[in-house]
Amino acid sequence: MAKLKTNKIIYLLLSVTAVSAVAVSSRTDAAGNKQPVVYHEPADGVAKDSVGSKKAFMAAYRVLMHPRCMNCHPSGEAPLQGDDSHVHTMGVKRGHDGKGMYALKCSNCHQPQNTPGLHMPPGNPNWHLPPADMKMVFQGKSPRELAAQLLNPELNGHKTTAQLIAHVTSDSLVLGGWNPGDGRTLPPLTHAEFAKQFKAWIDKGAFLPDK
Amino acid sequence: MTTSRRGFLKTGAMLGGSLIVSFVVPGAKRLAAMGLPGTDGAAAAVFTPNAYLSIGADDSIQVWLAHVEMGQGIWTTLTMLIAEELDADWEKIKIVHAPPGQPYVHTVYGLQITGGSSTTWSEFDRYRQAGATARTLLVDAAAKKFGVSPADCRTENGMVIAGDKKARYGELAAAAAALPPLTEPVQLRPPSEWKYIGKGVKRLDAPVKVNGQAKFGMDMQFPGLLTAVVAHPPVYGSKVKSFDDSKARQIQGVRNVVQIPTGVAVIADNFWAAKKGRAALQVSWETGPNVNIDSKAQLQEFKKLAATKGEKAAEKGDAASGLSKASKVLEAEFTFPYLAHTPMEPQNVTVKVENGKCEIWTGTQMPGNDQQVAAKILGFNPEQVSVHTTFLGGGFGRRANFASDFVAEAVNIAKASGQFIKMVWTREDDIHGAYYRPSFVHNVRVGVDGEGKPVAWLHNIAGQSIMAGTPFEPKEGVDGSSVEGVNDSPYLAAIPDHWVGLHSPRLQLPVLWYRSVGHTHTAMAMEGMIDELAHNAGKDPVEYRRMLLKDHPRHLAALNLAAEKSGWGQPLPAGRFRGVAVHESFLSYVAHVVELSVDEQGAIKIHRVVSAVDCGLAVNPDGVRAQIESGVNFGISTALYGEITLDKGVVRQSNFHDYRIARMNDTPTTIEVHIVNSTDKMGGVGEPGVPPVAPAIANAVFAATGKRLRDLPFCNTNLKA
Amino acid sequence: MIKLTINQKEHTVDASPDMPLLWVLRDIVGLTGTKFGCGMAQCGACTVHLNGEAVRSCVTLLSRAAGQQIVTIEGLSPDSTHPLQRAWLEEDVPQCGYCQSGQIMSAAVLLRENPHPSDADIDDAMSGNICRCGTYPRIRKAIHLAAKLQQEGGNK
Repeated sequence: MAKLKTNKIIYLLLSVTAVSAVAVSSRTDAAGNKQPVVYHEPADGVAKDSVGSKKAFMAAYRVLMHPRCMNCHPSGEAPLQGDDSHVHTMGVKRGHDGKGMYALKCSNCHQPQNTPGLHMPPGNPNWHLPPADMKMVFQGKSPRELAAQLLNPELNGHKTTAQLIAHVTSDSLVLGGWNPGDGRTLPPLTHAEFAKQFKAWIDKGAFLPDK
Repeated sequence: MTTSRRGFLKTGAMLGGSLIVSFVVPGAKRLAAMGLPGTDGAAAAVFTPNAYLSIGADDSIQVWLAHVEMGQGIWTTLTMLIAEELDADWEKIKIVHAPPGQPYVHTVYGLQITGGSSTTWSEFDRYRQAGATARTLLVDAAAKKFGVSPADCRTENGMVIAGDKKARYGELAAAAAALPPLTEPVQLRPPSEWKYIGKGVKRLDAPVKVNGQAKFGMDMQFPGLLTAVVAHPPVYGSKVKSFDDSKARQIQGVRNVVQIPTGVAVIADNFWAAKKGRAALQVSWETGPNVNIDSKAQLQEFKKLAATKGEKAAEKGDAASGLSKASKVLEAEFTFPYLAHTPMEPQNVTVKVENGKCEIWTGTQMPGNDQQVAAKILGFNPEQVSVHTTFLGGGFGRRANFASDFVAEAVNIAKASGQFIKMVWTREDDIHGAYYRPSFVHNVRVGVDGEGKPVAWLHNIAGQSIMAGTPFEPKEGVDGSSVEGVNDSPYLAAIPDHWVGLHSPRLQLPVLWYRSVGHTHTAMAMEGMIDELAHNAGKDPVEYRRMLLKDHPRHLAALNLAAEKSGWGQPLPAGRFRGVAVHESFLSYVAHVVELSVDEQGAIKIHRVVSAVDCGLAVNPDGVRAQIESGVNFGISTALYGEITLDKGVVRQSNFHDYRIARMNDTPTTIEVHIVNSTDKMGGVGEPGVPPVAPAIANAVFAATGKRLRDLPFCNTNLKA
Repeated sequence: MIKLTINQKEHTVDASPDMPLLWVLRDIVGLTGTKFGCGMAQCGACTVHLNGEAVRSCVTLLSRAAGQQIVTIEGLSPDSTHPLQRAWLEEDVPQCGYCQSGQIMSAAVLLRENPHPSDADIDDAMSGNICRCGTYPRIRKAIHLAAKLQQEGGNK
């Protein structure tokens, strides 16, 4: 039900953008007032293109669902590991802030940088999962489900599309997928190509794939 | 009793000086003559009634352990046996591992070894006698001093007391030492007077193991000591063809690079520099014969072997004709991989060779053997080699090795370099370091009668002998350690036609005993098969075993107690299932009831294990419980995950990410251990908890899923519904 | 020369910034209570507190620890009276003992953040520390006991 409702909202919003070229959602500010939030501003001079948008998302989707990305966007409370995306050993859990729990916080093993060597912990200064209140699950999501989730500010960390693009373009943890440490496979596209496809998806109208 | 353990806080595990003591009880005064090496300034002993304890003028009591502490608790139990007779002040007792020496040779095995779950029963008399001898002499000395008869004296808390007269043991030590030695064994206290035996004391090594003060071999430090890390070949047993150490020598802190028979050692100021140096080495190897080992293909060969008749290990009647007459024949094949022991402390040995003397510090289960091996390498007499046994960060059999491979490697580094070195293996060195529990296949065919009772049993086993090439290799007949638990099975005893055969293929890859030795595989084959027979007969697994074991009261006692305490037969929460197994090993009888569930992904979750053990007299009951708990969790690792595989001779596992050990969340929240109230012959407890774990899990999984697990480890079988 | 504070004491060490903290502690500072078990953050034997977090010192570089607060098993309490140490003794947890420094340092973070942990919380905190002797049931009991001791003001 929730999913259906979300999709409807997005359709509605997308239809608005067709007129205004600006999608508007709303969010509640500290004073309790509803504030309009701009989350989709297509690039200048880019025409709406549902086929091209969906195609671009499908290319980006292969990256999003690759273990380097999906392993930290699990459906459960534990991160995944390895190219087979098995549940992280040691009973590691997300924790409320996504940074692990108790003696098993991510950064207890995952250093600011990759630890050299096969099967050593990969590193990042800000290693974490999405927090418990915004889990951003990739695992098990169809392209359509994942695209809808990415666009929904209630589910994506209140990000505008511009912020989404900025996130996939320059977030160090996203970039870490392309510097995964010794012996780990890379996502199927280069980061530049992935960022380009992701942006194209949004610039061309952020259409949801059919399935 | 309240035991203050403050006095043990500073107990060290190091010995200084070299001691070769011939076994003379009573009156072995040589220890005292050589000066006792107190670890923290203890006064020299003045009274050494035997090789197992000495008493100083300051009341300090030094206990010498003939066996080593590797977690199994003998630091406490052996000391307790002395204390039971000595009435010592616990605060004054210091404990050390004995050096190599004749007095410390195992009372049954004939060499200085800790293994076979034998310490407590093999030392039960000797250590009590040691304490009693000392007390008798102290009492005699006091009686003289007080001018009373020894019969009028009693002992308490490190004092001899007669009426209003009192003397501390330390005050009496010199006089006791001057008395003529006792010529007869002393009468030991009857069980009715025991204060500790059967009740137990808290672990005496625990205080230093919760504050970082316990010294393991890894913790050796002294001025001038360097660390050595060895480049080993990818295929075990290969030799160095050539090497280039120019880059390694450029690493800051690297002091030396030397070739040794087993590889190339990088010697540095610290471990990290040595490890970096090793990574910078370039070595080319002359690949040895193990390059041909492919463990998968080998298992297929073993399966073929096990399908044929091996060398006789047990025979009664005619198994083949028994099978042909049976109303039904059940067949099963059980397979077992190589296993690595992986004690938490990777192998390490410190060696100091200087002025014609060699000192070795390491955690070892066979210090005497290590001494001999080191002496041979150095061209020394054994007396020139001292072995100081530290605490062992786990052993599980890996530190008891007739080849003393780890000691030999370190001594070779010291010899080649002329430096004082601590050789440290990485975890990868440990997992690649051979001496595995060998791979085995059991081929079992059982004929049953109309009621499902076994009437014929044909059982052939194939796997490398761990005894081949060692002093324990039998002069004739099969290696008993490959068939123990099958050829002497209580089930077979009642079967008129049975055969147990063994194939022991000779391979180059060194193999070794692993906690519970042959029982690691034989219990699985026997208790797995019995469960299949019970199911075939339409009988409850416990009921069926009771029927077959009716003439084996100790098996029955363990089985019945575990069944009772686990609530066998009573309903379980939805999705939970039970499995049972009972097995005798190392003279003790252990039954486990495992309670588990299998989720839709096929993952096994063990919730609860209820165990019962009949080990005869439980000298230290909480120690018994601790060892069975330990055995259960060790058995879970082995059953669910344990597997070493080789491909073209290269071991595919390397560290705990792919050689998985059960963790807190993989093990049951509850392990209940119940001790059978028994006065039967005393058995061991270090190992007997392990064997029945795998079959109890497999049998519970069958109850849960209808799938029979016969191939170890179980994680390889897809249980997804 | 790199400065760091270990067990409330300032140390200046002459070591490469890429040396793991474990080897700085053991081979340079001489604190051997922290153990080497795997070298790849798999077993937890090397667990120490870095600014209060239970880091695996075998993969934590000296550069990360520079200027920071480090506590090892030797510094958990001055006299083995931390509630966890007392509980460990009461339940007779250690067997070979090699992993126990790391176990206790991990448990200390659990108890600080969750003074009344459930069995599930203990699983969540402690499954990064391997004990080959399998002392897990006693570790579990001891953590529950330490929680009680802590509540009774036992952290003297």
